[in-house]
Amino acid sequence: MSRWIDIAALDDIPARGARVVKTAQGCIAVFRTHDDRVFALDDACPHKNGTLSEGIVHGAAVTCPLHNWVINLETGMAEGPDEGQVATYQIRVENGRILLDASRLSARSAA
Amino acid sequence: MASGRMLEELLERGADYDITLFGAEPRGNYNRIMLSPVLAGEKTYEEIVTHDADWYRDNNITCRFGETVVKIDRKAKQVVSAGGVTPYDKLVVATGSASFFIPVTGNDLPGVVGFRDLDDVEAMTAAARKPDGKAVIIGGGLLGLEAAAALKLQGMDVTVLHLMDHLMERQLDPAAGYLLQKELESRGINVICNAHTKAILGHDHVDAVLLEDGTIHPADLVVMAAGIRPETRLAVDSGLHVERGIVVDDSMHTSDPHIFALGECVEHDSVVYGLVAPLFDMAKVLARTLTGETAAFIPPAVATRLKVTGVELFSAGEFDEDDGREDIVFRDPARGIYKRLVLEDNRIVGIVMYGDTADATWFFGKLTMAEDIGPIRETLIFGPAYQGDGLADPLAAVAAMPAEAEICGCNGVCKGTIVEAIADGADDLGKVRAATKASASCGNCTGLVEQLLASTLGDDFEAPTEQPVCGCTDLTHDDLRRIIKARALKSIPAVMQEAGWKTSCGCHVCRPALNYYLIAEWPLEYRDDQQSRFVNERNHANIQKDGTYSVVPRMWGGITTPQELRAIADAAEKYNVPTVHVTGGQRIDLLGVKREDLPDIWADLNAAGLVSGHAYSKGLRTVKTCVGTDHCRFGTQDSTGLGIKLEKILWGSWTPHKVKLAVSGCPRNCAEATCKDVGVICVDSGYEVSAAGAAGMELKETEPLAKVATEQEAIDLTVAFIQLYRENARYLDRPYKWVARVGMDWVRAQVVEDTDNRAALCARFEVSQSVYRKDPWAEQATDEHKQNKWSPLADLTLEAAE
Repeated sequence: MSRWIDIAALDDIPARGARVVKTAQGCIAVFRTHDDRVFALDDACPHKNGTLSEGIVHGAAVTCPLHNWVINLETGMAEGPDEGQVATYQIRVENGRILLDASRLSARSAA
Repeated sequence: MASGRMLEELLERGADYDITLFGAEPRGNYNRIMLSPVLAGEKTYEEIVTHDADWYRDNNITCRFGETVVKIDRKAKQVVSAGGVTPYDKLVVATGSASFFIPVTGNDLPGVVGFRDLDDVEAMTAAARKPDGKAVIIGGGLLGLEAAAALKLQGMDVTVLHLMDHLMERQLDPAAGYLLQKELESRGINVICNAHTKAILGHDHVDAVLLEDGTIHPADLVVMAAGIRPETRLAVDSGLHVERGIVVDDSMHTSDPHIFALGECVEHDSVVYGLVAPLFDMAKVLARTLTGETAAFIPPAVATRLKVTGVELFSAGEFDEDDGREDIVFRDPARGIYKRLVLEDNRIVGIVMYGDTADATWFFGKLTMAEDIGPIRETLIFGPAYQGDGLADPLAAVAAMPAEAEICGCNGVCKGTIVEAIADGADDLGKVRAATKASASCGNCTGLVEQLLASTLGDDFEAPTEQPVCGCTDLTHDDLRRIIKARALKSIPAVMQEAGWKTSCGCHVCRPALNYYLIAEWPLEYRDDQQSRFVNERNHANIQKDGTYSVVPRMWGGITTPQELRAIADAAEKYNVPTVHVTGGQRIDLLGVKREDLPDIWADLNAAGLVSGHAYSKGLRTVKTCVGTDHCRFGTQDSTGLGIKLEKILWGSWTPHKVKLAVSGCPRNCAEATCKDVGVICVDSGYEVSAAGAAGMELKETEPLAKVATEQEAIDLTVAFIQLYRENARYLDRPYKWVARVGMDWVRAQVVEDTDNRAALCARFEVSQSVYRKDPWAEQATDEHKQNKWSPLADLTLEAAE
C-alpha cells in the first residue's frame, strides 16, 4: 500500500537541482527537473557512493559529482557504458506540494 | 585585395622591382570578402588583415597608404599624389570598385553608406549602437543580405528593399530565392521585393526611405547595396581605354603598354568581375606578365556562397531556362531544402542549392570538368553518397576526386596542388594554407582540405579540427564565446535557443562552460546560475570521496598570524575535523567537514577575519611568496608585499580553469614561481614577469612575458594577462594550454607592447571584480541559506517502519 507523505513545497527545490530527505536508512535525493518533474532516488551513486544530490541535473538525468557517472532519474539506471542502478521511490507533485511514498521506506527497513 | 595577391605572386617569382603601393584607405591589404563577419561581430579587423606592416617592410614595399593618386602622367611615366611625384617603369591600376549609389534625391545624406570597405563597416557598427536603430538595405543581392543579417545580429531593426521579384536573382532561381526570403524573415528581417526607391528623406541626416508606391520606411541607416561600379575615374582622366571598366587584354595590359590593370576595376572581354576567384586568377596572370612570361586570363566558372551564419546556399553556372536544358530538382519543404541541377547535353551547367550544400563541391567539380553524368543521372541529385561506390564516407569521396577537381574556389586551388604540397611536407592545415592558399580566403573549403590531409596522410594526420563542446551542440568553445558576444546572449536558455541546442537543458559538460562564458562576457548583467556549477563551486568547499568537504581559509601571500592559527585550531576541534593538512599553496586545509557544518565553520572563521581561500574554484587559488626583503639576506624586493597585493586584487575572480601565482624575492626562486600560471621573480632592477607554466599533469617552465621596473607595472601585467585569459581561453584550459594555442607572441603584443590594451584589460577586470571580489562564505552562512540550502528538505528518520 502506498502511504503518501507531504515532505515539502516544490519551490523548496531549485529547478535543475536536488535536496535530500533524511531517513533512518540514509538519505534520499529528491530531484526537480527543468520542467518541474520530481524524482526520488537513493542519494548514493552505484559506482562509489557519490552524493547524487550534489550532481548537475540535466534533462531527466543527474551526473554524479565524483566520477561523472550519469544516472537516469526515471529508472535509476546508469547511462552510457557504465552499469549499475540506484533504488528509486514513488514521488509526485500535487498542488505545488511534493508527496513521497513512505511505504518503501518501511519495506526497506523491514528487508 | 587583387593588388595584394598580385604582389604575393610577383614576390614569389623573385621579381626585381622597386615597389611602391598607393592606397586611398589609410591601411594595407585586408580580406574584403570577410567584412560581413566583421560587421556581424564574428571576426575582428585584425583577423582579416592579409598583409601587416611587417610583411610590407620585410618585402621592401614602400607603403603610401591614405594617399590618393590624383593623376597619371603617362608621357613622363609618373603618378601624382599629395606627397608629390613618383616615377614608374610599370604601373598597375587596381582601384577596385565603389558601391553604386542609386540616383535618387537624398542619396548623399549623412547616414547613407555603401558596403565596400572598413570605414563603411565602422559607420554601420556605430549606427547599430543606437538602441532600437532602424536600418534599410537597398539591394537584396549577396552584399545586401550579408549586411542585413549582420546588422540584425547587432540588434538593429532591418528592412531589405529589393528591386526584383526575388532575392539574389543573379545567383538564385525563384524557388531558392523564396526559401532564402523565408529564412531571413524568420530571423526578423523585413524583406520587400519589387521595391522601387523614389527618394531618401531627411534634412541633416537620413530619416526614411520613400518607395514609388508611397510607402515610407523609417531609417537611421541606409546601406546602398544595389551593385558596384568599377572605379575608373583615374583611368578615364589619364586617357586609358575605358568602357564599363578599364579595358584589358588577356595579359592584363591596358591600352598603354606600360600600364596594367586588374581586379574589379577592369573589363575583360566585355565582362566586369565582382567575385574573388577571377580576381585572384588575374593576379597570377599579371604577375607572370610583369616577369616577362606569357600568360592569359581565362574566365573561370564561379560559384557563390552567402556568408550568413546558418544559411546554406550555393549557386554556380547558368540556370536560365533555355532550349536543350533540363532540370533535376529535389525539394524537401519541411526541412527547407532545395537542390536544382541544370543539365545540357548530359553535363551540369548550373547548380542552385539551398538548405543543404554538403555536396556542392562534388557537383561543382562535375560542372567545371564538364563531366558526362549520363551513367549516374538517375541518382545524381542525391550526391556522392548514393553513387553505389562507397563514397558515403567523406574521406573516400575526397579520395575519389580527380586531381583537377577544384577544392578552393576563392583561390582556384585544385586537389592535385594540395596533394603535392602535402607530399612536400605540409602536414597540417596552416602549412597547406601557407603553401597553396587553399582555404585561406573565405574558409568554406577548410573541411575539404582537412579531409584531403586525412586521406593523403592516413594515420599520420592528427585531425586538428576542434571538437564540439559536447553532444548537446555542434558548436566549439570558440564558436560559443563568439556568438555570446556577437548576439549579446545573456542567459543560458538564450544561448541554447539561439545556437540550436539538441538537448532540453544541456549537460554537466556544457552548462558550467556556458555559465563561465556568460559571467566573463557580461559580469554586470548575467546572474550566476548555481545549478550549472560543479558541486565544489556551488558549495564553496571541495567534496571528498566520502561526501565530506575540505575547508581552506585564505592566507594572503602565505602570511598568517597567531590569532588566525588559533581560530583555525579552535574550528578544527569544534567540528571534529579528522585531518589538518598544510597545502602546497601555503595555507591550511581542514579535511572531513560534514556538509551541514559548513555554514557554521565558515561563520566561526569569518569571525576571526578569515575568508574563503577558493581552494575549490576555477578561479584564483593562491599567490605563493617567499619572505623577500622583509627577512631574507638575498631578497631584492618586497616579494611578500607584492604577493599579498596581487592576491587582494585577484581573489574571487572566476577564470576558465584554476589560476595559481607565485612571487619570488630573488632568482633563487624559493616560491617556485617558474612553474605557475603567472610567476614573478624579483631582481635588483625590477620584476621579471613570466606566465604559462605548469606543474601538474604536465611539467612546463613559464615563458617570459616582460621585465618591468616598478611593482605597479608587474601588477598591471599580471592582471592584464589574467583578463586576456578570461576573455579568450576555452573553459577548462589552464593558461599554459591556452598560450600554446594562441602563442606567447600574440599574448605579449596584447599585454606588453600595446599599453592601451593592457590598461583596457585591467579596467575590464576591475569591472568584473566589482561584482565578484567578495567572500562567498559570508554570503552562504546566513540563516536564509541554512534554511533553503544547507538543511535537509525533510527529516523522516522518525518515520517508524510498519
